[in-house]
This record gives sequence, C-alpha cells and structure tokens, in this order.
Amino acid sequence: MSVLVNKNTRVVGQGITGKAGSLHARNNIAYGTNYVAAVTPGKGGQTFEGSIPVFNTVRDAVEKEGANTSVIFVPPPFAADSIAESIEAGIDLVVCITEGIPVKDMARVKTMLKNSKTRLIGPNCPGIMTPGECNIGIMPGYIAKPGKVGVVSRSGTLTYEAMYQLTVLGQGQSTCIGIGGDPVNGTSHLDAIKLFNEDPETEAIIMIGEIGGTAEEEAAAYIKEYVKKPVAAFIAGVTAPPGRRMGHAGAIVSGGKGTASAKIAALKDAGIAVAPTPSSIGETLLSVWKPA
Amino acid sequence: MNIHEYQAKGLFEQYGIPTPKGIAVQSEKDFETALQQMPEGIVVVKSQIHAGGRGKGTFTNGYQGGVKIAKTHDEARNIAAKMLGNTLVTKQTGPSGKQVNTIYFNAPCSIEKEYYMAITLDRSSSKHVIIASSEGGMDIEEVAATKPEAITKVFIDPALGIQPFHCREIAFGLGFVDGAQMKQISKIVPALYKLFMDKDASLVEINPLVTDKDGNIIALDAKIGFDDNALFRHSEIQELRDLSEEDPKEVEASKYGLSYIALDGNIACLVNGAGLAMATMDIIKHFGGNPANFLDVGGSATAEQVENAFRIILSDPNVEGILVNIFGGIMSCKTIAEGVVAAAKSVEIKVPLVVRLEGNQVKEGKAILAESGLSITSGDSLADGAEKIVALVKQAKN
Repeated sequence: MSVLVNKNTRVVGQGITGKAGSLHARNNIAYGTNYVAAVTPGKGGQTFEGSIPVFNTVRDAVEKEGANTSVIFVPPPFAADSIAESIEAGIDLVVCITEGIPVKDMARVKTMLKNSKTRLIGPNCPGIMTPGECNIGIMPGYIAKPGKVGVVSRSGTLTYEAMYQLTVLGQGQSTCIGIGGDPVNGTSHLDAIKLFNEDPETEAIIMIGEIGGTAEEEAAAYIKEYVKKPVAAFIAGVTAPPGRRMGHAGAIVSGGKGTASAKIAALKDAGIAVAPTPSSIGETLLSVWKPA
Repeated sequence: MNIHEYQAKGLFEQYGIPTPKGIAVQSEKDFETALQQMPEGIVVVKSQIHAGGRGKGTFTNGYQGGVKIAKTHDEARNIAAKMLGNTLVTKQTGPSGKQVNTIYFNAPCSIEKEYYMAITLDRSSSKHVIIASSEGGMDIEEVAATKPEAITKVFIDPALGIQPFHCREIAFGLGFVDGAQMKQISKIVPALYKLFMDKDASLVEINPLVTDKDGNIIALDAKIGFDDNALFRHSEIQELRDLSEEDPKEVEASKYGLSYIALDGNIACLVNGAGLAMATMDIIKHFGGNPANFLDVGGSATAEQVENAFRIILSDPNVEGILVNIFGGIMSCKTIAEGVVAAAKSVEIKVPLVVRLEGNQVKEGKAILAESGLSITSGDSLADGAEKIVALVKQAKN
C-alpha cells in the first residue's frame, strides 16, 4: 500500500556520518527503515551505529550490500556530485535532503537523470515516508499513520501539517513525498500524482504547492484528464509579493508567472478541492472523499 | 543577488560583449575627471539603482527621470549633481524609492533599432532558455502578451552547451540575415551564455540590445542576477554586493541564518519552514489581518536564533501583534518556548503575542510558556492562532 519505498527498501546513507545526517539516519533506523550501508569517502571499513558498514563509494554499497535507494545529507557544494555518483552506481531512488545546491549543478544532474533509470526526490526536501514501513529523510514519524491517502508537497512543515491533520481525523497515509522547494528537482508534482493514481492502495490524494513555476498547473491538467481519485490541494503564497524569493529558491513569482491565484484557478478548473486555509487541508479532502 | 548596470557592463566587457564606453562615479568631485575621459558632446547620464523603470522615474526632490541625455559635458555635470545622493522612485522601487549612490556616464549611441535578449532557467524543462525579441526597449512580458510572434526562444541543454545552430536560430529570429550581423550574433550569444554559466547567473538580460547606424550590435543596458546558492564559489561576485540596496532588517536576519522579508502589514509572524511561513501569512490575511513579514527560522533553530528573530521583528515600527507558529517535526517545541521566554526578557514585547506550538515535545514547550508568567495567548491550531492574533490586534486598537 505504497509507492517508491516500503519495508523491503535497502537504504544507503551518503553523508550520514556527519552531525545532522547521523541524527536523522538514527531516527529513520529507529522507525524501522532498513539502512544497509553508509558512504563517506575515506571512512570505508568503519561501521555506523555499530553494525552498518561504511563504504568509500556508492558502487561498493550497491555491490556488497544490495543498496537500491540512497539518501543524501551531503553539504551543498558536493551534493550534486553525490547524486551523480548514485546515478552512475545504478541506484533506483535517490532522496536528496540537502538545501542550497547551485541551480547549475542541478540542471546538469537533471540531464543525467533523464538518461538513466534513477528517480530523484528533492533536493531541498524532507524526504519520503511510507508510514509503518520506511521513513527516509527528516519527517517526524510519529505524526503519520498507515492508510490510504497519498501526500505530495513542496514544503516540509506544511506537509507535516497536512499529515497530522489526516492522522487526527483518523485517516492514514499510503506514502508521503516531499519533492522539495528548488527550481530544478527530480520528481515533480505530476510524477508523484501519476504514481499515486496507479497505486491500487492509494484511494485519495493531497497535493500541496506554493508560488513559483508551473508544476502545480501541469499536475492539474493531468488530474483533470486521468485521475478519478478524489484530490484536495493547498497552495501557499497568496500574500507573497512578486519578485521576492520566499525562503525556498523556487518560491518566487517572476514575470507574472507562478502566482498563487493562477494555480488555485487551474486546480479548481481540474475539479480539485482547494483548501481555503492551511488548517483545513484534511477536512477539505474529507469533503470530497468518503473513506470506507 | 543583483548587481548594478555598471558592474554588469564590466562583466560584459570581460566577456567581449560590446557596450558603449562608460564610467561610474560615486562622488561629485570625480565628475570632472570622468567626463574628461568621455568623447566631447553628448553624454548619457544614468542613475544606478537595483530597479527597472529608471528612465520614467521621479526623484523625491521633484527632478524627473533617472536616465537623461545631456548635449554637453556641462549639462551632464548638472544633471548628475541633481541625481547623486537623491532618492529615485520608479514603478519597481515601491513608494519609498532608492537612493542613487552611483552615476554612470555613457557615450552616446546612434540607435537604428532596439532588440531584447535574456538568458535564464526554464523550470518546466530544467534547461536554459535564451529569449530574444525584435521588440526591444519594451517590457518583455507585455511583448509576450501582445506580440508573441516577435519572441524567439532557444533551449539549451546545460550538459551540451550552446551550439552554432542555436545562434543561427536567434539571429534569424531577430531578423539578422546580413552576414556581418550574423557573425556578431554568433560571437555575442555564446559569450553571454559563457558569462551566464561561468558566474552561476540566474538571469542575464539586455534591454535594449541595439543596432547602430553602422550595423554594429551593442548592449545598451545590462542586468545580471546571481544564484545565491552558488555565491560560495564566486568571491569576485560577492564583492559586487551593494548592501545599501537591501533592507537592513533582511541583512541582519541573514547573519543569524534567518530568512526574513519585510512586508507592509502589522501582524508579524515567526514560523519554521518556508512553505508554512507563507501559509501563515496567508491565513492571517484570510482572517482579515495583514502580515508584516515573512520569517522562516529554519528546521533546526536554536533559542538564540528565536531571540534574534524577535528582535528583528520588533524593530519594525508597524508591528502591532505577533503570531508564532511552530510545527516541531525534528525541532523541539521546548527550544522555541525557551527562545520566546529569553526574547521577552531581553526585548520588551508590548504587543499581543499568540503562540501556536504543535509536534515534538509540545507539552514541555507549552509548560515553559505557562510557567514564564508572560502574557502569551495560546493557539490550539493554526487557524485558532491566526484568528486570535487578528482579534487581539483589533481589540488593542479600539
């Protein structure tokens, strides 16, 4: 009952021997996530948390431990290189948490991704979680519960807000995907919506967007045509002034493009229930979805 | 990060992109030396601020126009004296305008026709896009809306780089069929792209790019924005930063790793996470209030950061109430509560304060606030917190 990650996912952590990375990796492991390896160049041969082998390269982690998913906590100047290394090593899914990667580096990685079998989530994202099975990244596990709602979002804490509202209302989540707030990212809203639409165990979808770009509009066009599952959405940034970057590198209204009102109009046109406030995302979904 | 026109033209020169001869001066006593280096006769006098619409702008001292053509050096000196040190208001500066600290003298150019050219990122394709238009000197968004056929877009895969056919497409798109002009475009466009890539620019824009009476193609204006995430590898670009162009509160906030943007409302907010911070501004508006700022303390804020955040928020004289909205994922609500208490001790909070805490160690956090003896209203949810702060601010006014 999930997409992309589950209890069989074999995770290799890139940069998890550092301070922030190790904290989050330990939380993920405590949740039950199957970390099979760590990669820190120069620390090959050591262990992480006493039992997880550390390798010098991602290729070693794939060959020796069968890692199929990597999570990246590497600092921004080196993070694109870490993504590229995972792609070359044949990793299926790369989850990049790092915030602040230069756009040019990501644009180059994007071309590599298009010519590979690897899927990237992020960068600048909270990660991905299939409640009860696998939590990769920095999402707090305790606010989630297993269920049937797929959640996709560009923002971290706003995702938690939606997950928590669902959990309090008694509805669990199939998988929660934080796609990140950068202008060039791996998995788009549209990609995530397609995955949720094809997943038989996902019955309803929450999509959270924000100002900047046209990714929400592209997802809305697809939903209008192909998605029969109930969808609720929220768009942040109605009050954001144009031309100002609102924290996330990608959250900027420029050249008259990417306004919240244009996105909300496109979503409504696609028959999506748009939550009027960030406090009512869960309720809004339940107004269009009657779970069995 | 943005830079001034004269700085951008300096980079153009380094990359061999033709620009009119120009000299920038910061003080009136240097006018004479600068003008002596310019050709006799006509001089273009340009105010340097980080905002467009300078030509049609008005100075707060009543003087009209931030870009002027002087017929003589004497006239240029007089015009420059009226501009320097004064505040220019354009449609992009907001009503308070921006002070002109630099004057840029430019040699004149006999314009035959004006064009537009820019390079930026196309987010949908994750490729770079070169946008060129035969309708120069105009707002490109307006051209896109009214005359889309006048715009040529060429997409560049960053892994492949710019190719000769890209340049030909742009030249033909602009109507340059003459061999000499094709040749010029084939030099200018790759140079511009190289500059864009080398310096990690987010935008390079020439408006207008012109042809003169002799058929030469020249960049009359230059605008460059840089990717903040890549500044760490460009100390030469960091040196071009002009702090006087930025809001002092935003500069101060960035020192503490806080992301702050001043707005014109009266209800301040302090939030963890950029998306939630925007959503908090939105919900304040939804309940009839007006947000005074965007403030993201990030995912791992310390009590000290929270204290500094309060200080910055309260330095805005328009603030009449504060809403703290924290969803502690990994971050502990205890940390936030400790920061709020420390802030209340070091800076006097005279306006209503509503705190909404949720998530990690929420009980401990709420207990710290309750035991502090501070006058804090608790919000049970984001909606509840927003409604309460809007009501308290209204009440305090009546």
